[in-house]
Amino acid sequence: MNTIKKLHPPLNETDIRSLRAGEEVLITGIIYTARDMAHKRLCESIEAGEKLPFELTGAIIYFLGPTPARPGRVIGAAGPTTSSRMDKFSPKLIAAGLKAMLGKGYRNQQVIEAMKKYGAVHLSALGGAGALLSKHIVSSEIIAYEDLGTEAIRKLEVIDFPAIVAYDSAGQTVYKEK
Amino acid sequence: MRYIEFEKIAETVESLCISAGYELPDDVLSAIKNAAKKETNPAAVKILEQLIENARIAADEKIPLCQDTGLAVVFVEQGAEVAIKNSDGKTLFNAINAGVEAGYEKGYLRKSVVAEPLNQRINTNSNTPAIIHYSLASGDKLKLTVMTKGGGCENKSQFKMFKPTAQKEEIISWVVDVVKAAGAEACPPFIVGVGIGGNFEASCLLSKKALCRKLGQRNSDEFYAQLESDLLLAVNKTGLGPQGLGGNTTALDCLIEFAPCHIASLPVAVNIECHSHRHKSAII
Repeated sequence: MNTIKKLHPPLNETDIRSLRAGEEVLITGIIYTARDMAHKRLCESIEAGEKLPFELTGAIIYFLGPTPARPGRVIGAAGPTTSSRMDKFSPKLIAAGLKAMLGKGYRNQQVIEAMKKYGAVHLSALGGAGALLSKHIVSSEIIAYEDLGTEAIRKLEVIDFPAIVAYDSAGQTVYKEK
Repeated sequence: MRYIEFEKIAETVESLCISAGYELPDDVLSAIKNAAKKETNPAAVKILEQLIENARIAADEKIPLCQDTGLAVVFVEQGAEVAIKNSDGKTLFNAINAGVEAGYEKGYLRKSVVAEPLNQRINTNSNTPAIIHYSLASGDKLKLTVMTKGGGCENKSQFKMFKPTAQKEEIISWVVDVVKAAGAEACPPFIVGVGIGGNFEASCLLSKKALCRKLGQRNSDEFYAQLESDLLLAVNKTGLGPQGLGGNTTALDCLIEFAPCHIASLPVAVNIECHSHRHKSAII
């Protein structure tokens, strides 16, 4: 049995280039959430030359909009949303230093090319297992776009958050079709 | 005539929304457990076991099954001899929406509805309005079914008009294509709801109604019962598997509802549902 690779963001080029499609990974450290609207705003900020709400270099972005936390809890259910909706924004973020995206499902050719060129990966978490995955999140703080509610950018601290490498930086994918 | 209080309806809908968010129905959980026993791909077995564990954690620790706690789709069947006790001119639909709003707030469920689709997309922050499907029945009861339907799988649902002379093999082939196109993004293993007949909009509604049935329960019509079994076999032969990572468990079931239609038409709709198939009913 291979030992499961551990990822500790911020990630560097060597971390990324060693990952292969189909490998299981466990993420420990700080990751950031962003869905559709947050991606749109991040890209608008890049175009306007504004400072981003978090350091993108080496970062992992989790495509997540959680349920509200119950009193005394860190977060609610916290599983991945469909990654392809972020396809039109991801290449710009990858070019600006993003190293890994965490979601579910397929990416288009533009994203794959950007991942190859700049060295980035797409990780897939277990869709529809928001209760199970939330157990790996130990802190959560909204750091930007609070008006977006569940779609706001959150800084999460995760421990051994499980995922598989769905697309690696050589353009290989775990998915048989598409 | 029997009368039901506005509050009673709202409270019922509220509790259905909450229980749907946290408790996977028994038939769905059983179907996942059976699939885990039959699945031959070890990676797929592991995923199915994680889904069973997810359902346990959700119920035990009061964490929603999925962060997408859905758009509330409410089927309401009103008996001819029951009426709503009017409170300030509010309707049955007002009562249902009041219940959805309260359920999503008190149940710590995610509010996933925007007031308008294209221009500003501002969240209503109440998860209302619900999508309400109303029908009449005999008797003096009110039957309410709440299906909290996630966006990822709903996005992959499709509709097609076939020629009226189409063979069932053409329908099976197209439904399989719809399932393949849904792929990993819609969280397989799926429950595939199929509506055949009616017209453009009626077939879509039938496909959603099909999802209200118990898994494993076949259509009472022999032809459509066989078609359900054939379809399930064909879908599971795709090899898409749990999470689209391979395996024989692509769908937990395929359920068909049919209706009369125009001589020129053969409308078919497929409503893709993810494994987190959340729906609860009550009769008051």
